[in-house]
Amino acid sequence: MIIITFIQQAIVQAVSMLFGATGEIMTEKSGNLNLGIPGIMYMGGISGLMGAFFYEKSTENPSVVVGVLISLLCCIAASMLGGLLFTFLTVTLRANQNVVGLALTTFGTGFGNFFGGSISKLAGGVGQISVKTTASGFRAEIPVLSKIPIVGDILFSYGFLTYTAVILAIVCTYILTKTRIGLQLTAVGESPATADAAGIHVTRYKYVATVSGAVIAGLGGLYFVMEYLGGTWGNNGFGDRGWLAIALVILALWSPVKAIWGSLLFGALYILYIYIPGIGRAVQELTKMSPYVVTIIILIVTSRRNKPEEQPPASLGLSYFREER
Amino acid sequence: MADAQYAIELRNVTKRFGEVVANDKVNMTLRKGEILSILGENGSGKTTLMNMLSGIYFPDEGEIFVNGKEVAIRSPRDAFALGIGMIHQHFKLINILTAAQNIILGLPGPQRLNMKKVCQEIDALTSKYGFELDPNMKIYDMSVSQKQTVEIVKVLYRGADILILDEPTAVLTPQETEKLFSVLRNMKKAGKSIIIITHKLNEVMEISDRVMVLRRGHYIDTVNTKDTNEAQLTDMMVGEHITLDIDRTQIDETYRRIDVRGLTVRNHEGLKVLDNVSFIARSGQILGVAGIAGSGQKELLEAIAGLQHAESGQILYRAPDGSVEELTEKTPKQIYDMNIRLSFVPEDRLGMGLVGSMDLTDNMMVRSYKKGHGPLADRKAPRHLAEEIVDKLGVVTPGISTPVRNLSGGNVQKVLVGREIASSPKVLMVAYPVRGLDINSAFAIYHLLNEQKEKGAAVICVGEDLDVLIQLCDRIMVLSEGTVAGIVDARKTTKEELGLLMTSGHHEGEDEKARAEEEKKRQEALRHE
Repeated sequence: MIIITFIQQAIVQAVSMLFGATGEIMTEKSGNLNLGIPGIMYMGGISGLMGAFFYEKSTENPSVVVGVLISLLCCIAASMLGGLLFTFLTVTLRANQNVVGLALTTFGTGFGNFFGGSISKLAGGVGQISVKTTASGFRAEIPVLSKIPIVGDILFSYGFLTYTAVILAIVCTYILTKTRIGLQLTAVGESPATADAAGIHVTRYKYVATVSGAVIAGLGGLYFVMEYLGGTWGNNGFGDRGWLAIALVILALWSPVKAIWGSLLFGALYILYIYIPGIGRAVQELTKMSPYVVTIIILIVTSRRNKPEEQPPASLGLSYFREER
Repeated sequence: MADAQYAIELRNVTKRFGEVVANDKVNMTLRKGEILSILGENGSGKTTLMNMLSGIYFPDEGEIFVNGKEVAIRSPRDAFALGIGMIHQHFKLINILTAAQNIILGLPGPQRLNMKKVCQEIDALTSKYGFELDPNMKIYDMSVSQKQTVEIVKVLYRGADILILDEPTAVLTPQETEKLFSVLRNMKKAGKSIIIITHKLNEVMEISDRVMVLRRGHYIDTVNTKDTNEAQLTDMMVGEHITLDIDRTQIDETYRRIDVRGLTVRNHEGLKVLDNVSFIARSGQILGVAGIAGSGQKELLEAIAGLQHAESGQILYRAPDGSVEELTEKTPKQIYDMNIRLSFVPEDRLGMGLVGSMDLTDNMMVRSYKKGHGPLADRKAPRHLAEEIVDKLGVVTPGISTPVRNLSGGNVQKVLVGREIASSPKVLMVAYPVRGLDINSAFAIYHLLNEQKEKGAAVICVGEDLDVLIQLCDRIMVLSEGTVAGIVDARKTTKEELGLLMTSGHHEGEDEKARAEEEKKRQEALRHE
C-alpha cells in the first residue's frame, strides 16, 4: 500500500511546517514579519532535545512523562527567548524587522548546530544522541484507534504533537476570527495607529503575538527532533522546512486553518520525488522545488484577485512609533 | 485647585515637534454641557492640542484637569477612561474590517464576539440619531462621508461624555451637517461637553456656545459666541482683516477642452457610480462640480485622469490647435506621452497625491523623474521648484528636506497644488482643494485656480462649500447619485437652486414620474448646450 505510506509521510512532513506557519501567522497578524522563525524552530528543537538528553543521562530509570514535560518546557523557554529577542529589537528598539529576522535565523541555526554538536560529543560521537524514553512518549500512537486498518494508519498513527498542531491551527483561527483579542490583533497588524487611538495596547499585542507565535513555531522544531528523527540530532537536518513554513503563510492567506491543507500539500510535494519511480537526479531536484513554485503561483493568483482580506496585514514589517506623524 | 464646573481645563500646555512649537502655553476651559469651537488657521495647533486630550501626544509642559482633577493622559485608553472621545480628521479605521468591528475595536467585553448583538445596538444608535449606516459594510467599500459616520457612531457607542470633533463638517453636505448639529445639540442637552474644530465661521456661530481662538500655536482668547461676530473672529484668527470676496474674471474667448459624453462607470461591486454623464469643460473657465459626498465626483475626475475604467462613453480632449484626442481608457502615462498637460489634485492628498515619507524635493520628482540625462535623475530642477513653492505659496516647513507627512494639512495641499500647476496644465482637476484649509490658505488656492483659468486652462473643481463654488466658478455641474442633475451658470444661480439639484436624485416611489420628467428636461438642456 504505497499510497498509505505516501499519505503518512506527507503528514509527517507537514506537521513541522504547520507549526511554523501557525506561529508565523499569529506573528504577522500583529504586523511583525518574523523571518527568524526558521532559526527559532532550530532553537526549540535542540533545546527540547538537550533537556531530554540531560534528564535521561542523570537518572537510572527515566520516566516518559517527565522526559516529555522537560523537553516541552525547554523547547518553549528557548523559543520564547528567541521571540522575545526579536520583539525587543523590533518593537522596543524599532530595529528593521527583516534584518533582525534574518540574523535570528542565522543565529538559531548556529545555536542548534553548536549545541547539537556539543551533546553529540558528550554522547560519544555523531548520531549517538539518543533519548529513547522521551522520544517514545512523543511517538506514542493513539491506542486502539491506530489499529483500525487504513483509517487508523492514515489518521491515528502519529504522536500527540501532530494532533496538537492541527488543534492549535483551529484554535488560532477561532481566536483570529471570532474573538475580541483576534479582532484587536488584526487591527494592530493592519494599522497600529488606529488600534492605538482605539485604546488597544499595541506594544503588548505585538509582544504577546510574536512571542506566542515563536513558541508555536518552536514546537515544530521539537516535533522534528523528537517524533520525526526519534530523538536524535543531525546538523542542518531540519533543512529548509522553516522557510517553507513562511511560504506556507502566503499559501494559506494568513489563515491557520487553511495552513492545515497547505501543509499537507507542501508535505506531499516535499517527498513526492521519492514516490515517482524511475526519475533521474535532475528531475528529483526539480520536484523538490515544487512547493516554492506553488507559492509563487498562489502569490500571482491572489494578487490578481485583489481581495483586501486576502492580502498581508497592511502594516506588516513596519515599526510603530506613536508620536511620529 | 481647579474648578469642578469645567469638564476640561488646560493650563499652560506646551508641545514641541523638533524645532516647531505646535502649542505654546495654551489655556483652555470646556464647561460641562457646552459646545466649544476651536478656531485657528492651519498649523495653529488645534489638532495637536486635541491629540493631547485624546492621548495620542503627551504634553511637554503644562497641566490637564478633567472634571476638576489633574490627570495625565498617556494613551487613548486613558482618554476613554476619562470619557473623552475624539473623531479625527484623518479617519482611524481598519479597512478590511466592517463598520461594526471598527466600532467595538478596543472595547472591553466578553471574549467571544456577538456581532449580531453589536449590530443591533449600532442600529439602535443610528436610528436614534438619524444616521444611515450598514454595520456589516466593509470600510474599504465606503465613501468618505460613510467613514465619518462610522467614526461618529464609534464615539457615541462608547458613550463618551466629552466629544472632540476635528473638522467634522468638512465631508458633509449641508443637510448632513444639519443632522450632525441636531445630534450635537441633543447630546449637549443630555449634559455632554463637546469641542468642535471647524474653519467655517457660520458653523461656529450656529452651533457653539463659546469660541476659543488659536494663532500659530498661541492662545489668543475665548469669547462667548453671542457676544461676537464673524468679522471679529476672523480678526482674532488671522490677526488681520480679510475680505471674503473672491476675484472672478470673465474670459471672453473660451474653447471646448474636455468633452465627456455618456460616461458610465461602475465600482467594483458592480453599482453604477457614474451614469451617462455628459458635459463640456471649457478653457478659461472654472467648472464647479457640486454634489453630496459620494455622488460620483471622485470617479469622474479619476476617469478623466485615466485612473478609472469607463464602462461606456467617451472622454475627448480638444487641443488648442483644434485636434481631437480620445482620452477614454488611456492610462496616465499614455496621456502624459500624448503631451496633454493634464493635472489632477486628488481628494486623498497623502494617499494619491504625495508620498508622505518623502521630502518636498522628492515629491516634486514624482512628476519629473523621467527628466534628466541618462540614468541619473535631475534633482536640481525639482529642488528649485520645491523652494519656489515654499517661497511663493508660503508653505510653513522647517525645510524642503522635511517629509511631507510632517506638515499640516494646509501646507500639504499647497505643496501638492503648487506641483500640479507648475507644469502649466491645459486641464487642471482639483478635488476639494480647500478642505481643511484656513481662510488665508484657501484664498491662496482660489487665487491659484483663477490664475490657471486666466492662463487658459480648463479647470474642473470639485467642491463642497456652495458659497465658494458660486463665487469661484463660471459654471457649476451638480451630480446627484452619479447622474448630472443640472449644469448652471454660477453667476446667476443660488445656493437654494444648487441644494435642490443636489438632492434631486433622492426621490422615492411616487416621485419616480417627476424624476423621469426632470431627466428628460435635463437631456434636452444638454443637447442645447
